Amino acid sequence: MRSTVRAASALFMLTAATTASMPALADGEVNIYSYRQPFLIQPLLDAFTQETGVKTNVIFAKKGLGERISAEGENSPADVLLTVDIGRLDGAKQLGITQPVSSDVVNENIPAQYRDPEGHWVGLTNRARIIYASKDRVQQDTITYEELADPKWQGKICTRSGQHVYTIGLIASMIAHHGEARTEEWLVGVRDNLARKPTGNDRAQVKAIFSGECDLSIGNTYYMGKMETNEKDPEQKEWAKSVKLLFPNSEDRGSHVNLAGVVLAKHAPNKDNAVKLIEFLSGGNAQQIYAETNFEYPVTPGVEVSDRVKSWGDLTPDTLSLAEIAKHRKTASELVDKVGFDNGPAS
Amino acid sequence: MIKTRNQPTGDRNWKWGAAVLSVVVVFPLAALVWIATSPAGDIWGHLITTVLPGSFATTLWLMVGVGVITIVIGVSTAWLVTMCEFPGRRYMDWALLVPLAVPTYIVAFAYVEVFDYTGPLQTWLRWAFGFKNSRDYWFPELRSLGGAIFVMSMVLYPYVYLTTRASFMIQSASLLDVSRTLGATPTSLFFRVALPLSRPAIAIGASLALMECLNDIGAVTFFGVRTLTFSVYDIWLNRSSLAAASQLSLAMLLMVFALLWLERQGRKRQKFHSHGAAKHRMPLRFQLSTRGSVLALVVCLLPILLGFVVPALLLADSASRRLDELFSDAFLSAAGNTLTLAIIASLVTVAVSVVLAYALRLRPGRKLQSAVRLASIGYAIPGTVLAIGILIPLAALDNFIAGQAKVWLGFSTGLLLIGNGTGIVYAYVIRFLAVSYGQIESGLAKISPHLDMAARTLGRTETNTLVQVHLPILKPVLLSALLLTFVDCMKELPATILLRPFNFETLATTVFEAASREAFGEAALPSLAIVLVGLLPVIFLARTSATSFRTKTTKRLAPADPVPTAPAE
Repeated sequence: MRSTVRAASALFMLTAATTASMPALADGEVNIYSYRQPFLIQPLLDAFTQETGVKTNVIFAKKGLGERISAEGENSPADVLLTVDIGRLDGAKQLGITQPVSSDVVNENIPAQYRDPEGHWVGLTNRARIIYASKDRVQQDTITYEELADPKWQGKICTRSGQHVYTIGLIASMIAHHGEARTEEWLVGVRDNLARKPTGNDRAQVKAIFSGECDLSIGNTYYMGKMETNEKDPEQKEWAKSVKLLFPNSEDRGSHVNLAGVVLAKHAPNKDNAVKLIEFLSGGNAQQIYAETNFEYPVTPGVEVSDRVKSWGDLTPDTLSLAEIAKHRKTASELVDKVGFDNGPAS
Repeated sequence: MIKTRNQPTGDRNWKWGAAVLSVVVVFPLAALVWIATSPAGDIWGHLITTVLPGSFATTLWLMVGVGVITIVIGVSTAWLVTMCEFPGRRYMDWALLVPLAVPTYIVAFAYVEVFDYTGPLQTWLRWAFGFKNSRDYWFPELRSLGGAIFVMSMVLYPYVYLTTRASFMIQSASLLDVSRTLGATPTSLFFRVALPLSRPAIAIGASLALMECLNDIGAVTFFGVRTLTFSVYDIWLNRSSLAAASQLSLAMLLMVFALLWLERQGRKRQKFHSHGAAKHRMPLRFQLSTRGSVLALVVCLLPILLGFVVPALLLADSASRRLDELFSDAFLSAAGNTLTLAIIASLVTVAVSVVLAYALRLRPGRKLQSAVRLASIGYAIPGTVLAIGILIPLAALDNFIAGQAKVWLGFSTGLLLIGNGTGIVYAYVIRFLAVSYGQIESGLAKISPHLDMAARTLGRTETNTLVQVHLPILKPVLLSALLLTFVDCMKELPATILLRPFNFETLATTVFEAASREAFGEAALPSLAIVLVGLLPVIFLARTSATSFRTKTTKRLAPADPVPTAPAE
C-alpha cells in the first residue's frame, strides 16, 4: 500500500516537474519579472533572443512583483526584475531579493554613477521628468521646478498622483536641493496651482492640456514619443501636437532624471542567461533600441539619443547622486501626505 | 452540539473533509494575521494624522452614496415590475438584471470615455454650442467620488433589485390583498406594508452591493478615489509596509463583518414571512394609466441604459473597429486562459461548497460552522491582499515540495503550484466560495430532512444519499452557483495580476494593461467579451425567475442557517 502511494507520488512529481519545467527551468531561457510595460521591453527582448537564442519569459505587473519574489523564496523562478526609478531599484535591494552583478561588460558599459556600488542594481536608461506645456496658452520657453509654485499658474497645472514613484523622485530631489521646510512650502504652492485632483497617468495629463483643462503638466519625456508615434490610437497624436516640452532648470542645476534599471534575483535559476541579458541591455545595440523605439536617454556613453528626442530640446541632467535622491524618498512621501497633495487644491 | 450517531467510519470522513477544506481556505487569512503581527514601525502615527481620516471618510461616503442610490433604484424598479402592470413590464423584469454583467472597472473605464473631453457627449456639446475647449463650459468631473458613486451604483443596484423583487413576490397575494381590502392606496401599501416587510431583503441586497464597492480596486484607482482598499494598496506597495497593510485590511474586515452581520440578520428575519407564503399566486397588479406607464418605463429603462446599454454600445463601437484582433493570437490565448481558469476554479469552488454545506447538514456542530463562516469571508478581502496571503503559504509549500523532490528524486521541481496557475485557482476559490456556498447551503436547507432519513432507511450511505438524492434535486442550484462563480472568476483582476505564471494573460489582465496605458480602444474587445460572457448567468437567472420564480426566491431568501437535519434521538 505504502509503496503504491510512494510510486504514485513520485509519478506525480515527475509529471508535475516536467510540465512545470517547461516555462521555468529548461536551459536557454531567462525569466523576467517586469514593472515595465510589455510594449516597452518587447523589442529589446526580441533582439536579445535573436542575438543569443535565449528565450524570454515575462510576467508584467505594475505592483507587487518584488514582494512576490520575496515570498517565492529560494525556488523563485525569477532571474531578473526590470523596474523603473531608483526607489524601486533600491527597494529591491532592501527587500533582500537581489545579488550583485559581477560582469566586466556591464561595468565597462555603464558609468559607475548609474550602478549600485555593490552591484545590486544596474541602471539602463535615463528618463527626464519635465514639463509639458500648451503650445497655444504658454508663451515662455524655459521654466524651473521652483516656478511651478508661483501663483501665476493657479488652476493651470496637472499631474499624476503625488505618491507615484516618479513624483516622489522629483520631490526627493527638491528636498536634496532645498531642504525639507522649503520643499514643503513649494509643494503647498504646487498643490494650490493644480487644476484638478491628481488622477491618471502622464499621458492623461497631456490629454488634459489638449482639452484645455490645464496649461502645464509634469511628465516623463518618452511619453511624448509614444504619443507622437501612436498608430493604434491616432487620437494621441493630436494630444502630442498640442504641447511642447520644457526642460526645467536647464540654466542652473538641470532637469530631474529618473533611472530605469534591472536587478539580478538572488536565487536566479538561470543566472548565466540573466547576466547575459543584463550585459545585452547595457550594450550598444540594446541602448540604441531604448533610444530609438522607447525614446529614452541611453546611459552607455557613445550611444546617441534619437532624432525625435533631440527635436524636443536639449536635456541637461541634474547630476544629483541617486543615493541622495533615494535617501529623501521617505520624507518626500510623508510630505505628500502632510500637505494633502493628492486631495488637490485647497479650496 | 448534536451527538454523532453510529456512523459507518467511511462517512465520518465528511466532517474531516470539511474541516480540512476549511483550514485550507482559511490558511491565507491566517497568514495575513501572522504578517499583521510583525511590527509595522512608525508608520501608523503618520498615517493616522494624514491619510487615514480622509480615506475613511471617502469610504464611508462611497458606501452611503452607493447604498442610497442602489436602494432607491433597486426598490422602486422591483416594486414597478412586481406590483404594476404597464407595457413592456415583462421585458423590464429581466432586463433590469443585465447591468450585473458589467464589472465595476469596465463600467468606470467606459464612462470615462463617454464623459471625457474627447468622448461623444462633450464633443457634441462643443459642436452644438460652439465651445472651443473645456474652459468655455462647465462639465462634471467623472474622476471623483461622485463619479465613483454613480458608476458603481449603476452596475450594483441589481443586487438590491433581485432580493427586493423576490421579497415583494413572496409577500404578494394574501398580505397585500388583505391590505387592499382594508382600503390601502397603492402608495400607503408600498410605504406601510410592502417596504417594512421587505427591509430584510433590502438589507441583504444592499450589503452585497456594498461589499463589492468596499472591495473594488479597479474603479477607485482609475478615478483616484482614495478609499481604504486604495490605502491598503498604497501602504503595501508605495510605502513597502506589508505589516501595516495587513493590519489595515484586517481592520477593514471588521467593516465587512458588520455588513455580513446585517445580511445574516436580514436572512433570519426573512424566515417569518417566507413560511407564510407557501401557496403562491401572483398578486393582482395595479394597472397604470398611460402617463403612469410612461413614467414607469422611464424609471426602469434609465438604469438599464446607464448600467448596460451605454457602456456596452461604446465598447461594441470601439471593438467593431478592431474586429481583426478577434482572431489574433493574443486575444485567443487570453480568452482561452480565462475560460480554463474560470472553469476549473468554478468547478472546484462548487465542489468545496457542496462538501462544506453537506458536512454541516450532517453534523451541524458549532466548531465546523464557525470554520465554514470564516472560510466564506474571502469574498470581502481585497484581491491583492488575498494574493499576498496566498503567496506566502503556497510558496512555502512549493519550496517544501521542491526540497523533498530534491531529496527523493534528485532534482528540484521549482515552484510547482505557483508556476502552473494553481495559485490563481486557489485565490478564486477563496474569494468566491461565499457566492456559491450561500446558494448551495440554502438550496440544501430547502430539501426536507425526511428525504435523508428515507434514503438512509433504504440503506444508502451518506455519500450515496448526496450523490443519488441531493445533487439531482440541487441541479438548478448547482448550475446557477457554477455560473455565478464562473463569471466572478472571469472578472477577477487584482489577484490574477499578482499570481499569474509567465507569459500569461487573461481577458481581465489585457483590459487592465490597456487601461494603464489609457488605450481605450485596445481594451474594448476583451472588455466586451467579459461583459457578453457575464450575460450568461444573468440570462439564466432571468429564465429561472420567469419559469419558476418560487425556486429562485426561496433559494435566494431561505434562511442561511441550516435547518437542523434530524431531531436528536
